[in-house]
Amino acid sequence: MQNMKHIFSIFADYLSQYFKTRLAYRTDFLGDFVSNLVSELINLIFIIVVFTHVPLMGDWTRDEIIFIYGFFLVPYALFSMFFGFWDFNERYIIRGEMDRILTRPIHNLAQVCLESIAPDRIFGVITGIIIMGYAAIQLDLSFYWYDVFIFIGLSISGALIYGGVYTAIAAVSFFSDSRTGIAPMIYNIQQYGRYPVDVYNKAIRFVLTYVLPFAFVGVYPAAYFLRKEVWYTYAAMTPVVAVIFFGIGLLVWNWGVTKYRGAGS
Amino acid sequence: MRKLYMELIRMRFLTMLAYRVNYYSGIIIYAINIGAYYFLWGAIYGGQQQLGGLTVEQMTSYVAIAWMSRAFYFNNIDTEIAQDVREGKVAIEMIRPYNYLSVKTAQAFGEGIFRFLFFAGPGIFLISLIIPFSFPATATGWGLYLISLMCAFLINTQINLVTGLLTFFLFRNDGMMRAKRVVVDLLSGLVLPISFFPGWAQTAMGYLPFQAVNYYPSLIFTGAITTERSWELIGFQVIWMFVILVPILVMWRLARNKLVVQGG
Repeated sequence: MQNMKHIFSIFADYLSQYFKTRLAYRTDFLGDFVSNLVSELINLIFIIVVFTHVPLMGDWTRDEIIFIYGFFLVPYALFSMFFGFWDFNERYIIRGEMDRILTRPIHNLAQVCLESIAPDRIFGVITGIIIMGYAAIQLDLSFYWYDVFIFIGLSISGALIYGGVYTAIAAVSFFSDSRTGIAPMIYNIQQYGRYPVDVYNKAIRFVLTYVLPFAFVGVYPAAYFLRKEVWYTYAAMTPVVAVIFFGIGLLVWNWGVTKYRGAGS
Repeated sequence: MRKLYMELIRMRFLTMLAYRVNYYSGIIIYAINIGAYYFLWGAIYGGQQQLGGLTVEQMTSYVAIAWMSRAFYFNNIDTEIAQDVREGKVAIEMIRPYNYLSVKTAQAFGEGIFRFLFFAGPGIFLISLIIPFSFPATATGWGLYLISLMCAFLINTQINLVTGLLTFFLFRNDGMMRAKRVVVDLLSGLVLPISFFPGWAQTAMGYLPFQAVNYYPSLIFTGAITTERSWELIGFQVIWMFVILVPILVMWRLARNKLVVQGG
């Protein structure tokens, strides 16, 4: 516990350091904000355009799909804020920065996360909530007071699921000699979780539920707020899945670190 | 000079070949993407025969060919340029007796050939076993597609050069490069055929270069258009190449005077 407290205080220091560096490049800060907004809205265009041609996707209406996408953005933003080491392989393995990490007093994964933290990604949470809000009004959804806490819990769980899977994939760098290749993978897979899993076939649904459980980041938890009772069990399982998969990610990472041999530079 | 660029292309090709995990993960990524859109479109079509002028079979082969074209034209030279700028390597590159931007283009081409031979080729073959798929019937059809694909590569590389060069002026533009990737994917017709967009959007997109990156070659591949129309589209691509050359040259000129090496 003392250890965790230590990590959080270091986290605060890194955060202030981060804003100092970011504000040194002011135009870039604004540019990044706009760019993030564009990448988030582009997927919305896909949904809107498709639904000008069809009334339903599977059994789902346009606004339900928009709601799921809005929800998805929240855990995704949390994930990309804390796990911003997209260039992990290049930076830490190839250039040997990992040697330095291993000499630091806090856990090496926490150290890597801290060094690449990107608090401005938090804006994705706001975009997500706005998109969800729009869809909720269209769908005339009603919420209870405790939904706020459930929402926070499910969002954090979703971020942890991504974090666990991503950590495990990044840890592959410890074993292989490949140059890059991990970041594009997660970037490309994540889109699966954004659409209702029942539109895919059984095999993919299985994979997205039990192997790479990205359905727990988007559609399953969102289904709770959409009051789709069929999916309630899955929504309730989200925190459990989060703990399991983050644990696996951590185990793979720790195992990988023992296999790490410096690149020499 | 030509020998130098040939050598650069070859080197990048061999580098790609050397990193095997990269290669396998690349294949998996493309398979995943095509699979995702295959099922997604299946669900979108539901029981309907036709949407946006395409049948479900045409749509699935469209998605497959669009992703396979992307394997050839896609590259990350914008990120590479950004890194060179940030680390100050670009200062050395500028005094070397070759053109830095041509070097980057040559490297991208080596990468493109690699992906074409090892991703797109086997990929299309594998997909054709699963998804009903029609190849261009004639040699002319193939020829037109390959010419158009080559133009697509050049235009996309130019777009990447522009975003890469912006690093000189913005210092850090990772966000913009990420946004550019999704914008190009959407507006080039990769994830959504242009015919699906409402009329006004199609008109607006006609004034942007992105369709030339994917939609034109994919359209030519499907054989849905005449040979004359194909040449016309290739003509548009050539025009775009010259148009985008202007900002590149201007920015490169400015960049040489404006270079601020941020450490490194």
